[in-house]
Amino acid sequence: MTSATFSIWRGAAGEGKLFRYTTEISEGMVVLDAVHKIQAEQANDMAVRWNCKAGKCGSCSAEINGIPRLMCMTRLNQLPLEKPVTIEPMKSFPSIKDLVTDVSWNFQVKKQIKKFKPRPPDAPDGSWRMHQEDVDRVQEFRKCIECFLCQDVCHVLREHHKHEEFIGPRFFVYVAALEMHPLDTENRVEELAKAKGIGYCNITKCCTKVCPESITITDNAIIPLKERVVDEFYDPIKRLFRKFRR
Amino acid sequence: MAEYQKFEHDVLVIGAGGAGLRAAIEASAAGVKTGLVCKSLLGKAHTVMAEGGIAAALGTVNSADSWKVHFADTMRGGQYVNNWRMAELHAKEAPTCVRELEAWGAVFDRTREGDILQRNFGGHRYPRLAHVGDRTGLEMIRTLQDHGIHQGIDVHMECTIISLLKEGDRVVGAFGYDRQRGLFRLFQAKAIVLATGGVGRAYRITSNSWEYTGDGQALAYNAGADLMDMEFVQFHPTGMIWPPSVAGILVTEGVRGEGGVLRNSKGRRFMFDDIPEAYRHQTADNEEEGWRYCQGDKQARRPPELLTRDHVARCIVREVKEGRGSPHGGVFLDISWIKERIPNAPEHIKKKLPSMYHQFKQLADLDITVEPMEVGPTTHYMMGGIRVHPETQMSTVPGLFAAGEAGCGLHGANRLGGNSLSDLLVFGKRAGKFAAAFAKEHSSGTINTDQVDSIARWALEPFERGARSNDAEGPYQIQYELQVKMQELVGIVRAEAELLMGLEEVARLQRRARAVTVQGNREYNGGWHTALDLSNLLTVSEAIARSALERRESRGGHFRDDYPNKDKAFGEFNIIVRRGPGGEMKVLRENIPPMPAELKQIIEEQQK
Repeated sequence: MTSATFSIWRGAAGEGKLFRYTTEISEGMVVLDAVHKIQAEQANDMAVRWNCKAGKCGSCSAEINGIPRLMCMTRLNQLPLEKPVTIEPMKSFPSIKDLVTDVSWNFQVKKQIKKFKPRPPDAPDGSWRMHQEDVDRVQEFRKCIECFLCQDVCHVLREHHKHEEFIGPRFFVYVAALEMHPLDTENRVEELAKAKGIGYCNITKCCTKVCPESITITDNAIIPLKERVVDEFYDPIKRLFRKFRR
Repeated sequence: MAEYQKFEHDVLVIGAGGAGLRAAIEASAAGVKTGLVCKSLLGKAHTVMAEGGIAAALGTVNSADSWKVHFADTMRGGQYVNNWRMAELHAKEAPTCVRELEAWGAVFDRTREGDILQRNFGGHRYPRLAHVGDRTGLEMIRTLQDHGIHQGIDVHMECTIISLLKEGDRVVGAFGYDRQRGLFRLFQAKAIVLATGGVGRAYRITSNSWEYTGDGQALAYNAGADLMDMEFVQFHPTGMIWPPSVAGILVTEGVRGEGGVLRNSKGRRFMFDDIPEAYRHQTADNEEEGWRYCQGDKQARRPPELLTRDHVARCIVREVKEGRGSPHGGVFLDISWIKERIPNAPEHIKKKLPSMYHQFKQLADLDITVEPMEVGPTTHYMMGGIRVHPETQMSTVPGLFAAGEAGCGLHGANRLGGNSLSDLLVFGKRAGKFAAAFAKEHSSGTINTDQVDSIARWALEPFERGARSNDAEGPYQIQYELQVKMQELVGIVRAEAELLMGLEEVARLQRRARAVTVQGNREYNGGWHTALDLSNLLTVSEAIARSALERRESRGGHFRDDYPNKDKAFGEFNIIVRRGPGGEMKVLRENIPPMPAELKQIIEEQQK
């Protein structure tokens, strides 16, 4: 058995510091295993949010050696263990306690996005026909496990705290999935430009890099949405057309 | 007097996985004020882990499928101790429920004609599982969540219920705490739906997360409701076994549906060696035919890897026991071999089984397109649970409903893969509908404040004990020992002596749990949460062991080494667990009502 040292941020409501814990590690362990071992053996009251432990629910998001990752999918043998492994809560959201943050803002944002509105069914039995090649892209977006790591890394939220004006990469992916859904008839382009702050994104692709589901957030979701906004609002001919329509 | 925040709802749904969300959507659509309590954040429940698909006789791939075939498959899979009325309703209503998800935005994989694609699965005669790659559960929960948030449901996230409140016979509310702040909450409700899922955390090797501590079953039992079929625990045949820290994580049956084969250390496909009589005429007797079946040949019979889960799990245990296991105590599951049969096999595997590819690559450094996986049985699903009325889903306590894994009846002694997601939809919807109807017919009850005070006191006792003594026992060691003992003594292969020992262990741990201590404060305190969950885990563990002792035969998920055969007499009844007047656990037998002639006829026709 070898051991490793972990520097875990502990505290509440933003006030706290890193505490060092040394524990035994074994083959195949992930960061979440080490946190659980420390919780069971040395710090029973440590707060950590987790659920499936298989990279499917997106609960155990944290910053490991400064990088936003899922604790359950980060193996210890991928980390340098000669120095302590730092584990901190996500920084884009208010701290609650230890590794747990208040992510409720994300749930409020989603509620404000217009819901799916399908066209009338294609068949008399109330069903629709869609082809696989037409849903491949939407299925990519729907892989999202809502871990909010993309929101955590996005500088518009992380450094500039534009939570009131900007919905963040997760919800651009969500809007893109709705807008590109073959059955959807709703139009969300105007709110994207006005209330959702898509213009703040300057496509640095940090979100794409941290996505544990490997969703091509910037290229496949955000850029096409930006193009739709440009087409609708900044195309000079359409602008003129809108003026006359009024 | 206990301090708490009070909420009032017509219908309170406890649990926000597939069944809870579906129930809440249905209740709010019926125009009643609906509350939804989640132990985790919304959308994180274990439904996300379901991989293979939703079973429903849509007949989009093979038009020979119908509700009748689905009904017969479900009954046969459950070894005929299922509630036949639930199996009938489930088979009839599942297709509509799947179509409903599509209307709410779900994007299933498609057939060439643009309809919903269906895949093969163990125990299902035809390709029947509507799916999205191997992440169907995520698609389902996200669809329900994204639809549900626009329905006016009050969602209480990260909140755990510790007791139901009653007035006379009827349930009138629930009491719990919010996990973030640790403050008490009281919910007054005219009707309550329990949709809290399973009990996997009672075992050491499990595919279940921390949440599945048998809360719903224990809450209902303590409120006087009957539990049923608690001896039937499903051990999924294929969980990861290596490295140790990931042991138990599920490897979807979809791997076998796509052509994956099981081999022992000698390289033999041992599943051909033991094909039960009831399935022989529908099972391939050579590798060639099995492969053709996986490729969609409607004339071919299914490979034996797709026999029911209980049988496959026992065959794996046998191989390991007889010394033909893999290096880490399992067997080999190989999908990479299909490269001998199809071009571009690695790409095909990654497309069809993306999360499996990902899971093994990341957690075990293994490329499933190149090498076989090592797998072994993992505690997966509770067929038993709260006894309900087959149509309304009401338990034996008025106003208290149950749906999904927390309920029981549909699956009998063994659940077919894919029947869980459809169970959540069909009976979640029914529970929501009938709970709303009950709420409309009844006024609010009266909350007994003495009862509330005593529950609150009980919940805080671990802190008081912790303050008195610094070195007393915390909850994690007790939980760990329970898991080890249940795995060892009340696991896949059972016998009377071991079950009796298991009961003694549970009693010993119950005594220790009554003295458990917690340190720190009430805010997001994992130790405190575990200490309170312990009492539920111990209650369901006792119920499993007692029921397993009572069923002196082997059937489905319940295998007795001392009674290795099925006994016809035991097929006549279900085993009920009920709380006696002195708080003792009573075990009773309840006869299965006779099946109507038309259903019997369906089963006979399908046996041909």
